[in-house]
Amino acid sequence: MEDKNDKPGLLREVVDGATGIIGSYAATLTHLFRKPVTEQYPEYKRPMPARTRGRIILTRSPDGKERCVACYLCSGVCPVNCISMQSEEGPDSRRRAAWFRINFARCIYCGLCEEACPTLAIQLTPEFAFSKDSIEAFVYEKEDLLVDHGGKDPDYDFYAHAGVAAGRPKGEHIGEDEPVDVKSILP
Amino acid sequence: MLSILVGVLVMLVKMGLVLAVVFGLAAYMILLERKLLGRMQVRYGPNRVGIFGLLQPIADGLKMLLKEDIIPDGVDRRIFLIAPAIVAGTALFAFAVVPFGPDFTVFGVTIRQVIADANVGLLVIFGLSSLAVYGVALGGWTSDNKYSLLGGLRGAAQMISYELALGLSLVPVVMLSHSLSLSDIVAAQARLPFALLQPVAFAIFIVSALAETNRIPFDLPEAENELQAGYHTEYSGMRFALFFVGEYVNMILLGSITAVFFLGGWHGPFLPPIVWFMLKVLAVPVFLIWTRASLPRLRYDQLMAVGWKFLVPLGLVNILVTGAILAAGM
Repeated sequence: MEDKNDKPGLLREVVDGATGIIGSYAATLTHLFRKPVTEQYPEYKRPMPARTRGRIILTRSPDGKERCVACYLCSGVCPVNCISMQSEEGPDSRRRAAWFRINFARCIYCGLCEEACPTLAIQLTPEFAFSKDSIEAFVYEKEDLLVDHGGKDPDYDFYAHAGVAAGRPKGEHIGEDEPVDVKSILP
Repeated sequence: MLSILVGVLVMLVKMGLVLAVVFGLAAYMILLERKLLGRMQVRYGPNRVGIFGLLQPIADGLKMLLKEDIIPDGVDRRIFLIAPAIVAGTALFAFAVVPFGPDFTVFGVTIRQVIADANVGLLVIFGLSSLAVYGVALGGWTSDNKYSLLGGLRGAAQMISYELALGLSLVPVVMLSHSLSLSDIVAAQARLPFALLQPVAFAIFIVSALAETNRIPFDLPEAENELQAGYHTEYSGMRFALFFVGEYVNMILLGSITAVFFLGGWHGPFLPPIVWFMLKVLAVPVFLIWTRASLPRLRYDQLMAVGWKFLVPLGLVNILVTGAILAAGM
């Protein structure tokens, strides 16, 4: 009889329960008349952030030459070993990839190859929708990967900053000091 | 001789019509549910196949037909194959006693808009809905899977428990209309639907009918998050579709018997009777879908407590009060 201190009365419980149930019905009813927030994918393609990790490309330097110097760093860092290549020397005595192959069926789009690349050649693009009917079609050769632009960093030119004297003579690279004539600094 | 032939022909046409309409409605009920649920969750729902996704049920049906039909090792084959048919079949058979509209005459032949006006129609519906328990329980038991068995057991316990409350909620309806025939019950509501005369019975009926059709918040036999898919975990392809369609046929059946018992059947002003009947039939599934979007699932002991400790006693009290008022009125 006396222990009514914290137990709500029957009427109170009924009212609370009823308002709770009616409240949830009302909430769904109001949502029924809202405009859906769904993006209708094939009709509307949301612009993806520039750094989205999707399909991989091989970019070119501002002078239109291949950036890739076939250093094998991307291939070495790739956790699933989906990148393979063969280096060779081109006619302009630059290093380049004789062939370059990415198996997108294995690629996990981790972006480590892009991190490892010293020449900014290999880059991940926001393009994610390139499904195929056959698994062989996922093996992309150099011709499929190579694009004719600079990707995210169009102005960067590796051979302007570094590299052997294939493009420019010694001391001509950006940020490079004149070659020191060691005989001039002898005591 | 001729009259018998005409009678058989009319009967066949009626059965075909009812079957076609019920199956068509059940297929599009699935689409309606997905669409409505989608809009209530601020998304679109299926809209890819045909305009507004209207061909979605056909695509779903084709997919179900083309899927591999797996019968696991260790199942009791015969019962495994029969169980889905019991669920879908019992729901379909019950439509035989539902009156869809008033009698009308064509070429001197009076056509009744009911397949079989059994004078114990209410008992027929109850008998069939009790049989539906077999489909769920046997489907769960025969699958040779502990989750399915649990789902089937839960389903059997739940459906039998709520069958009682359902029966008790309909006793006042029978007391008021003095008949077990569904046509007479509709006729007794010509002036006032029983939902207004018997609000308590109507409430008990709706709640226990929700539990009978295994709909959220009472969908414990399926309970995806604890029982995988409950009693139909091991079913695939068209056999799963039969369970699935059976559930939706059940929703439409529930709409029809709600309309017949409480909403005044095909009675209504201005519009033709069949339109009124369809409107009332469709109102109930829409309410069930709305409920699915709104309420969370009950715990199993809560479900049983509501059924046995609340709905059954309330139904009994309601019968007593109704009886007292009727006796006082006489």
